[in-house]
Amino acid sequence: MKTVSSLLDADWYDRYKRISKLNIRSSIYDVTNRCNLRCKGCFFFSSGEDKAAPEEMALGAWERFIDKEKDRGVNLAILIGGEPTLCLDRVEAFYKRLPTFCATNGLIKVDRERFPDMMVGISLWGDEADETVLRGKDTFAVSSKNYYGDPHAYYLYTITPRQLGKTEQIIRKIRDAGLKIHMQLLSNDEGVDGFSWTPDELIVIREEMDEMLDRYPDTVISSKYYHEIITTGRMLGRPFGWKECPSVTEPLDTRNPKPKRLIHFIRWASDLNTMHRCCTSETRDCSTCKDGAAHMSWVMVNKRDHIRTTRDLQNWIEIYEMFAKLYQFIPW
Amino acid sequence: MVVETDTVMLRVSEVMINELKLEDVTPETFDPDVDLVDEVGIDSMDLATVALVLQDEYAIRIDEDDYPKLTTVRLIADYIRDKQAA
Ligand code: SF4
Ligand code: SF4
Repeated sequence: MKTVSSLLDADWYDRYKRISKLNIRSSIYDVTNRCNLRCKGCFFFSSGEDKAAPEEMALGAWERFIDKEKDRGVNLAILIGGEPTLCLDRVEAFYKRLPTFCATNGLIKVDRERFPDMMVGISLWGDEADETVLRGKDTFAVSSKNYYGDPHAYYLYTITPRQLGKTEQIIRKIRDAGLKIHMQLLSNDEGVDGFSWTPDELIVIREEMDEMLDRYPDTVISSKYYHEIITTGRMLGRPFGWKECPSVTEPLDTRNPKPKRLIHFIRWASDLNTMHRCCTSETRDCSTCKDGAAHMSWVMVNKRDHIRTTRDLQNWIEIYEMFAKLYQFIPW
Repeated sequence: MVVETDTVMLRVSEVMINELKLEDVTPETFDPDVDLVDEVGIDSMDLATVALVLQDEYAIRIDEDDYPKLTTVRLIADYIRDKQAA
């Protein structure tokens, strides 16, 4: 039987042990159905999830709900929406009870006196031109001022095919704003012209992502294995998709046989009762899904399959570390 | 009926090998003191899979909160015996 220590040297084994018992149990919460932007290709609005359930308005109901989530074993609350910062009382209810990550478009500044160390992931969809086409405005101009040098914030840069050859300028802007960056790929749920990936473009962007990681290792939070998985949709020769996706809401998961999955994962709508199918759009075609967190989780839950060769296990460790950093389970 | 620890350890190893499809190991060669997380790479979902079989077989309940304590085959066997005796 192959053991972990037989494949790793002392340094890698220490890195493995630092993460092996973290046991991260996340769930995702739609904090609100509202947003102060309306981006083309936003899965939340394009799939009608904003209308799936009416928002629970009573703060006390949110507090009781979060307590129950904690009892259910959740140890990471990932807040999305809509725009969570439109409802900071709800965000605070999570933050006071659980390790909390808040996704935002960055237009509203999270007050650091109130949320001193809450991890904030700021969405960015490209350069000024792409942001203006897709989101109606250049959000970076505002968000980079709001979060300049913030050690508990990073950019979640959704790369579109139009960004080929242009990622470096974005990464530099972010580095110059004293922030870090994590890259993911657009799934183009609304089929905006020119924003769907072709196989050739995926090959090129993988190389570009690798290069950015090599050139800006202090700014880019990523791993080459993640780039491989997200661009090829394959891991250890198996394809990503509905059959293997780990980020399916547990009570709605009727797959048989059950794949390795995130234990107790649920994505809750903002009525605190309705559940969505998975971590992203209800209507997305799994065969074209590029969701970054789902791909990362896919690797993470398949640890033993990576205990094959030293490189495979190191790849697994790098992806787990990346996830743990992005959600603040280990330092940058 | 409370069974001998060695017998339980062999059975736990066997369940683990079968359920998790571990290769190049038999119940007899499975080191009962090897750290299941740090060395074998078992995670809580693996443990849940194994626990399901053991619960039925030994008519006990393995609490999810106890998973962090169940880090070796020997500790799992001890846990089963304690639960049976309780
Ligand atoms: S900011 Fe986020 S939630 Fe709001 S429309 Fe854009 S992608 Fe959707
Ligand atoms: S859309 Fe993506 S995240 Fe959702 S179930 Fe399909 S593959 Fe998984």
